[in-house]
Amino acid sequence: MSVRHALLALLSEGPKYGLQLREEFEARTGEVWPLNVGQVYTTLQRLERDGLVESDDTAEAGPQKGFRITPEGTEELADWLRTPPDLGSPPRDELVIKVLVALRVPGVDVHDVIQVHRRYLVELMQQWTRLKEDEAESDLGLALVVDAELFRLDSVVRWLDTADGRLRRAATEPPVPAPSGVPVPRLRRRVGVRR
Amino acid sequence: MTLLEMHGVSKVYGSGDAEVHALRGVDLTVGAGSMVAVMGPSGSGKSTLLTIAGSLEEPTSGAVLVDGAALSGLSRNGRARLRRRVIGYVFQDFNLLPGLTAAENVALPLELDGVPQRRARSAAMGVLDELGLAERSGRYPDELSGGERQRVAIARAVVGERRLLLADEPSGALDSANGEAVMRLVHAACKRGVAAVVVTHDAQLASWADRVVFLRDGRVADRTMPPPGPESLLTPGSGR
Repeated sequence: MSVRHALLALLSEGPKYGLQLREEFEARTGEVWPLNVGQVYTTLQRLERDGLVESDDTAEAGPQKGFRITPEGTEELADWLRTPPDLGSPPRDELVIKVLVALRVPGVDVHDVIQVHRRYLVELMQQWTRLKEDEAESDLGLALVVDAELFRLDSVVRWLDTADGRLRRAATEPPVPAPSGVPVPRLRRRVGVRR
Repeated sequence: MTLLEMHGVSKVYGSGDAEVHALRGVDLTVGAGSMVAVMGPSGSGKSTLLTIAGSLEEPTSGAVLVDGAALSGLSRNGRARLRRRVIGYVFQDFNLLPGLTAAENVALPLELDGVPQRRARSAAMGVLDELGLAERSGRYPDELSGGERQRVAIARAVVGERRLLLADEPSGALDSANGEAVMRLVHAACKRGVAAVVVTHDAQLASWADRVVFLRDGRVADRTMPPPGPESLLTPGSGR
């Protein structure tokens, strides 16, 4: 989550005070991402240093100091909105690693390991759904955040289901030998590099 | 009040080498006002569990009680009466009768049970209205969208005094917005005191339930624990 760009987005609506920026940031993200005041001021100082925001020179530093976005800040925000996040390299996924390790550890049933995680994820999804049911109807920002979490967790459950099925089939079917003469693609070395 | 009790329910299809154990000693209890989701891969016994709970099929062994009545002690007619009065069934492919309007489809179970037509239609209109379908009540199924057809199917399942709602993949081929709308309806029915069992492979739909039961090879392999309130999601550092 880029606090820097979130603050630029809030300032694109008009000049605002530091304290106001913090409150609006939390309200717009369904209060799911708490932000401390120090983080807000450090980020604002950096934005000012980079020429992306301007402050009231006369006011003293503190909650009443006002900030506004510069034309360079507006351009930076527009660029950021259209720049895809880095999804190109696989993240280091702890759950994938646990399932791979479970395959190798004697006495561990990988299907049990998968079910433990599946249950935990579904329980977590139940909590998010309660939040949607209780509050998200009246809070658009929260509804978007909750949907994003539910889809993210759902994709992990689906991966677990698929892994479970694939491992069961692999246990009953003999492995198919790779055809000779055809190069077998190797997973790139940088798997696990991104954090 | 317990609407559905299943004790040691097993179901075997075929015999000898062709014997298939669809369910093996399943225990499940669902009280009024609660929703249970049943998840599991294809062939795990989910649909068999639902058809047995709905008295559409008999178990090979074990006991099933609906609204306190043991299904094994009921005659064929008794079970049919129970299906009309207590059990509402929502099928994946809606199963609406194409020659009847939405209102007629919803009123049908009441009329079959001897409720006078005028009263049955009035009850049907009441449920359709609750589901936002009052203006579509005179339409035939093929004039309705997929989401509307599914809402009509749910209306038919909860019309009258029925208190046990059994739904097999109720969002079927619906998109996620319509799928959520369907689960909100089931959830609202539970808040009115209906007990619901929803069979699904979709974790997002299952997450509407109070409890989730995981089936594997005909057995209950696992169940969720009652989750803490959603406020724990908003407290930094509360994750495991």
